[in-house]
Amino acid sequence: MSDTYTFDAKDLKEIEKIIDKYPEKQAAVLPVLWYAQDKFGHTDPSIQKLVARTMDIPEAHIHGVVTFYTQFYEKPKGKHVLDVCTCLSCQVCGGYDILHYLEEKLGIKAGETTSDGQFSLQSVECLGACGYAPMLQVTNDKYVNFLTREKVDQLVEDL
Amino acid sequence: MSKDWKSYQPHLLPAIKDLHEMPVYEKHGGYKALSTILKDKNNWPPEEVVAEVKEANIRGRGGAGFNAGLKWSFMPEPDGGPRYLACNGDESEPGTFKDRKLFEFNPHLFIEGAIIAAYAMHVDVIYVYIRGEYRPYVKLLDEAIRQAYDKGYLGKNILGSDFSVEMYTHMGAGAYICGEESSLMESLEGKRGYPRVKPPFPAQKGLWGRPTTINNIETLANVPLVINNGASWFKQIGPDSHPGPVLYGISGHVNQPGVYEYPSGMEIMTLINEVAGGVRNGKKLKALIPGGSSTPPVRADVLDGITMDADSLREIGTMMGTAGMVILDEDTDMVDVIWRISHFYHHESCGQCTPCREGTGWLEKTLLKIKNGNGEMRDLDLLLAICNRMEGRTICALADAAAWPVRYSIDRFRDEFESRCKKTVYAVA
Ligand SMILES: NC(=O)C1=CN([C@@H]2O[C@H](COP(=O)(O)OP(=O)(O)OC[C@H]3O[C@@H](n4cnc5c(N)ncnc54)[C@H](O)[C@@H]3O)[C@@H](O)[C@H]2O)C=CC1
Ligand SMILES: Cc1cc2nc3c(=O)[nH]c(=O)nc-3n(C[C@H](O)[C@H](O)[C@H](O)COP(=O)(O)O)c2cc1C
Ligand code: SF4
Ligand code: FES
Repeated sequence: MSDTYTFDAKDLKEIEKIIDKYPEKQAAVLPVLWYAQDKFGHTDPSIQKLVARTMDIPEAHIHGVVTFYTQFYEKPKGKHVLDVCTCLSCQVCGGYDILHYLEEKLGIKAGETTSDGQFSLQSVECLGACGYAPMLQVTNDKYVNFLTREKVDQLVEDL
Repeated sequence: MSKDWKSYQPHLLPAIKDLHEMPVYEKHGGYKALSTILKDKNNWPPEEVVAEVKEANIRGRGGAGFNAGLKWSFMPEPDGGPRYLACNGDESEPGTFKDRKLFEFNPHLFIEGAIIAAYAMHVDVIYVYIRGEYRPYVKLLDEAIRQAYDKGYLGKNILGSDFSVEMYTHMGAGAYICGEESSLMESLEGKRGYPRVKPPFPAQKGLWGRPTTINNIETLANVPLVINNGASWFKQIGPDSHPGPVLYGISGHVNQPGVYEYPSGMEIMTLINEVAGGVRNGKKLKALIPGGSSTPPVRADVLDGITMDADSLREIGTMMGTAGMVILDEDTDMVDVIWRISHFYHHESCGQCTPCREGTGWLEKTLLKIKNGNGEMRDLDLLLAICNRMEGRTICALADAAAWPVRYSIDRFRDEFESRCKKTVYAVA
């Protein structure tokens, strides 16, 4: 069952390359987890096991790392993850209005995923884009700045 | 002071198109500082580079303001084993968004500074730790690093000298605490980011137990400027005690938020009213958080004539931090803002130290109660008592960072907190 996720020969070569950047292979745990999450979309326990076996590092250590860092998804998420910043600068520029508007629009609460698996919505801490508040980030990648309701509508349509 | 700020020409973020491309950067004097040093090693032995940078007094732009050259001088004599430089691009302090501008618009200035730092400290490998959310910028930096390798500025025998150094990016994965330098090292070693007890400082025992120095991205970007122009040139920009260019990140209730490069020691009201276009919607200024969420908020009425540098800000009971200025207008609900900051620190506490793990939770909970109208006057005393039990009693400064905004806002905006609290009714026996 846990074999539904595997690394192929190309993956293993990439992982070797990552490990080569460090004097000890344990240092490659974060980048390898990123690699796995890019490939599989999350790092749930079966993927943690795969990474542990591949790197020959105890599964408990990998699990500890995954649960410490918020960007590693312990469970599968929606196709698009909308991380709305509600921290300091975004808060005072209407970040919560944007969050609530999205909750209404998608019919879910922050922390949930739409039933069609298209969107996950999260309220997150400062994303280092405070001068562009309110803003959100799409699935750990694209930043969308100076949000308004219209911009949110457009974004959801485009995705 | 910087009355002539209007004629100031930026050095960290000059308005040059495509400066992130190697040929453009080289054309504008890029990698000149590095080649000056490597082609004239007799005049520029590593000790001399350290001395010049120390003389320039580049105060750490990661927030603590420690003299960069002085920190470099703590590195022990080489013993043949590996030595590291870790560049801190974790940038997670709410209100801070400046290092990303360097990654985006002038990555080679930072890379050149890091290579010079590596030369000065006999470093073998440079790691650039970048928060995972900055993935788009990691890609940009990786490309710039590749260009630097292609040109022989990185790798073996740089520019034909006997100096070699490697440079790698390392991406975090969403944890504010990993910006604290010892936590950053734990994270780089592939672990949970639990801060280490200091001392030993990283120069003694850093990455994999070896000598390591940690510097902020903006700090390192200043290094080529110092080598090219000299420490005395650098020191005449801004106040003596805190010199050089500064990337001011201005956010919140202003008309033109953004990152602006000006001399250190700019007048705060000039930054707000002239540089950032003034408070939005013609509102009045109520408060300022001068350097990221951990720096104590101050009232607008103390800001006249105050400048953005360590000494001046100390006078009004706050700090320079990261120069990430959050501007709050008269309609701002301070209780709401301080609750949200407390929520942040509670969420980000790594949980190793009891005063921080428990204290941040209690601060948040108590502030939420007040925010929801269920607080009592004595809750304000409770908040201050919690702060007392957190400050200076933990492994890292996160607990202080969480306590200060609460303590100082109760002190400085007490009426606002009181008006949200019910009178405490004591039971009579
Ligand atoms: N840029 C950002 O996103 C954030 C910045 N900060 C800032 O970080 C600051 C606190 O940082 P810390 O590193 O805890 O401050 P610190 O004052 O303990 O250290 C500053 C630097 O000087 C070095 N140092 C200090 N004393 C030394 C000694 N006796 N010997 C050798 N080296 C020594 C440290 O190793 C460190 O590199 C806060 O003031 C805050 O403004 C906090 C959160 C986020
Ligand atoms: C909780 C906490 C978070 C921090 N986050 C950052 C950060 O994101 N970026 C940074 O440069 N420094 C951060 N620092 C400060 C670093 O510990 C360290 O002082 C800095 O990177 C040293 O570089 P500098 O001397 O060039 O400023 C943080 C400190 C604390 C206590
Ligand atoms: S002060 Fe807080 S964040 Fe820092 S080590 Fe202790 S528990 Fe962790
Ligand atoms: S507060 Fe939202 S990006 Fe910084």
